[in-house]
Amino acid sequence: MLSLLIFLPLAGAVLLALLPRERQAAIRWAGLAASLATLLVAARLFQIFNPASGDMQFVAHATWVPTLGIGYAVGVDGISLVLVGLTAVIFPLALLGSWGSITERLKAFTMSMLGLETAILGTFLSLDLILFYVFWEAVLIPMAFLIGLWGSENRRYAALKFFLYTMAASVLMLVAIIALHVIAIDGLGERTFDLARLATLSLPPEVQGWLFAAFALAFAVKVPIWPLHTWLPDAHTEAPTAGSVILAAILLKLGTYGFIRFGPTLFPDALLAAAPLLAALAIIGILYGALVSWAQTDLKRLVAFSSVSHLGFVMLGLAALNVQGFQGGLIQMINHGISTGALFLIVGVLYERTHSRLIADYGGVAARMPRFAAVFTVVMLSSAALPGTNGFVGEFLILLGAFRTSAWWAALGAGGVILSVVYLLWAYQQVMHGPLVAKHPDRLVDLTRRELAVFAAIIVMIFAVGLYPRVLLDRSEATVNAVLARLQRPAATAVTVSPR
Amino acid sequence: MITPPAFDLTLVAPELIVFGTALVVLMVDLWLAAERRGVLIAVSLLGLAWAAWMAAVAPDGVSFAGMYVRDALARAGQLLALGVTAAGVLVAPEYLRRGGLDRGEYYVLVLVAGAGAMLMAASRDLLMLFLSLEVLSIPLYILAATARGNPRSQEAGMKYFLLGAFASAFFLYGVALLYGVTGTTRLPDLATAVARLGSSAPAAAGLGLLVIGLGFKAAMVPFHTWAPDVYEGAPFPAAAFMSVVAKVGAFVALLRLFPLTLGALADQWRLLLGVLSAVTMIVGNLAALTQTGYKRLLAYSSIAHTGYMMVGIAIGTPAAVAAVITYLAVYAAMTTGAFAVAIALERGGGEADRIEDYSGLAGRAPLLALATAVFMVSLAGLPPTGGFVAKLGVFAAAVEGGGPGGLALALIGVLTSVISVYYYLRVAYVMYAGEAAGMVRIHASPLVNAVVLLTALVVVQIGILPAAVTAFAQQVGGLLR
Repeated sequence: MLSLLIFLPLAGAVLLALLPRERQAAIRWAGLAASLATLLVAARLFQIFNPASGDMQFVAHATWVPTLGIGYAVGVDGISLVLVGLTAVIFPLALLGSWGSITERLKAFTMSMLGLETAILGTFLSLDLILFYVFWEAVLIPMAFLIGLWGSENRRYAALKFFLYTMAASVLMLVAIIALHVIAIDGLGERTFDLARLATLSLPPEVQGWLFAAFALAFAVKVPIWPLHTWLPDAHTEAPTAGSVILAAILLKLGTYGFIRFGPTLFPDALLAAAPLLAALAIIGILYGALVSWAQTDLKRLVAFSSVSHLGFVMLGLAALNVQGFQGGLIQMINHGISTGALFLIVGVLYERTHSRLIADYGGVAARMPRFAAVFTVVMLSSAALPGTNGFVGEFLILLGAFRTSAWWAALGAGGVILSVVYLLWAYQQVMHGPLVAKHPDRLVDLTRRELAVFAAIIVMIFAVGLYPRVLLDRSEATVNAVLARLQRPAATAVTVSPR
Repeated sequence: MITPPAFDLTLVAPELIVFGTALVVLMVDLWLAAERRGVLIAVSLLGLAWAAWMAAVAPDGVSFAGMYVRDALARAGQLLALGVTAAGVLVAPEYLRRGGLDRGEYYVLVLVAGAGAMLMAASRDLLMLFLSLEVLSIPLYILAATARGNPRSQEAGMKYFLLGAFASAFFLYGVALLYGVTGTTRLPDLATAVARLGSSAPAAAGLGLLVIGLGFKAAMVPFHTWAPDVYEGAPFPAAAFMSVVAKVGAFVALLRLFPLTLGALADQWRLLLGVLSAVTMIVGNLAALTQTGYKRLLAYSSIAHTGYMMVGIAIGTPAAVAAVITYLAVYAAMTTGAFAVAIALERGGGEADRIEDYSGLAGRAPLLALATAVFMVSLAGLPPTGGFVAKLGVFAAAVEGGGPGGLALALIGVLTSVISVYYYLRVAYVMYAGEAAGMVRIHASPLVNAVVLLTALVVVQIGILPAAVTAFAQQVGGLLR
């Protein structure tokens, strides 16, 4: 089941390779069909998932490289399920959203997108550390190509910066994975990279600290946590619309997912010790991201920096290390995927029509594009966490969780909520209201039916999560409790690690 | 009355077959019309296939008074050498015809060098190792200078020969020193004799000189400076062949000499080799960053990969030995493939040896470009290709068996790999993003295409399903236990 889910998009990409590249319509439809088929499988998984259990489900095991103890192990729990669902939903929308804007090398583009989907799903579902790392790194190649080939003027610089930045951090995680494996040879008496087996080790705090630092660095760059965020504005701004959507909606979640998946499971003591630091960096990120967003002149950069702020909220929730914080963080991951993905699509709609991303080049757009204005309003309010939208549920839970740990955290975080309203409303006002400012007013035609369909799906999700979040909360609750239980575990018999 | 030592010709059948094939090719070429040279290729490939079969099935054993050994390491080295020799034969004909260099001797030299690498893998005596090294090297000097009308090729051949002869002299002097203090050149006796000496300056100097001799062949820093110039001047097929066959020979010999023979004395050489490997990784990768020529890029890349494999030699545990064998197989496939792509291209009647010549290749030859992208991703050590499996094996062995020093080597290794991503992916990027390069023509030779396809399949296969290769490599590591 899970292997089917992971490799279905890749199979689609391989079939797509057989199509002649002149047949653009066929390629578009085939790409969409493959991502929709993946969505169907994911929906079925959502349906048959047992929410009462906090354990891994649908686990599949196979040996892969027996001499090194590497296995192929996949499984899903309440946390990865939710993120898999997000991935499966966002990909068809991103493909639809770039329906008209990509005409050059369309076949390679669609194949990169599908390859990327396989890599992302694999990252969320891997239970073997090397398998996880393989998928984690495999994400970089199609993503760098998406930025580097279909991006705007500065794409080469942005693609390289993205690649080198994230890879430099993740190779240290690889060394930490190997070190963990070597410790396990002594501690468990077997060669394994299996997460469930490695979780039974209890490491001395000092070792945990070093290994967690290496893991955390890789994840922190991906999230990105301030001050490691500098690759993000460039990558987001230069990427094509579909690339920005995937990058913001899903790729950043790989980092936060990594914290949830590996922090409490492998390094509980180190995570407890690092939580205040993570919270501090998260709060700086929330405020800094919001303030810098406010100062942007480029609409896409504004949305990019708002990601830094929103992901700061997710990290704040995770750093609270309680049920509300974790669940809020998880919901906020989904929300950010939906809302920021939608914001990038909105910028894409404007850019496709006028080829400008500068806020100063727009004004009074609402008058020419009324349907677009309505969509923009809803998405903006969801991003600003208005009650009734998805954003409210996430940020409320996060602040609740943060408050239970420290009232200061919650107070500072709440400042970010206000700032986010400020920069979003400011941007909306500049672009949509006031006198008409546009170089080519005739090009500002309202949303097409295809675009409307994409946004309709997004708006349904915004209100669905906003009004009835139990669909997601129920499915993740048992897992979150199980994960957090690992933090309360009394220190078991420690393994002694001697330098060999 | 001297009684000749007992020897067993069936044991050396693989090498005999390759030498025999070389002689047959040399003879047949005399009577062959120029347009029927294809026969030479067929004969060479048949001989190599036969030798590979014999190498795979022949039993283990020691012969020629202990000078020659056939074990898992010898078998691995021989199969690798046969594979790269076959690729060396296959990539040449179309290029040679194009350049007016089409002579039968080319194949003879390739076959003899391949046989030299095979003998290095099976040497159990320092003198035998020296002779094999020369059998490998001398044809390579000539191959570098095959383009007789081209002064750059002449320069490359001369430079390679002079420096190579110098390195061989170092090696021989090392053998002499070791013989002087131990009274033997047999590897098993050497191990016990050196151990008995304790710390002895002549023995240490002798070992150091052996490292210099082999390090030169493997293009280890600081004995690497010849590589970029020689690769650049040598004809493309010759550069492709020498970049892999010399590596196979040198690394199999290093494995035989250090972990397998002198494993008990690891304290004496581990630090030296570890430092050399770190320096090689750093210098190779940093120097590759600024290259604009494809050949020079691959030359520095080959130096960098020498550094990664040296990590395995320096660590010297069974897992590390197995990792080096896997690495050699992956390196041979991806480097041969990366060169073969270049052989298929031509710019203005000459070689397409600038990175910018690959600009826009994806639009003109999508499959060739895809294969090149696979080679570049693998050379950079990214999953899901063989390059990742190779590096993972070496670094895992370093962390496991190397203590703090091993951890440091692994860290240097992964960080320099990040640097390498920059220059490898630049090639992939210009292929997909650049405008089609003018003056560059694509010669679709079926033989070269076959090499590109096969090496790409090997790289991907080892990346996705490495179990078969690692299991074979583990047998070699098992020799240590």
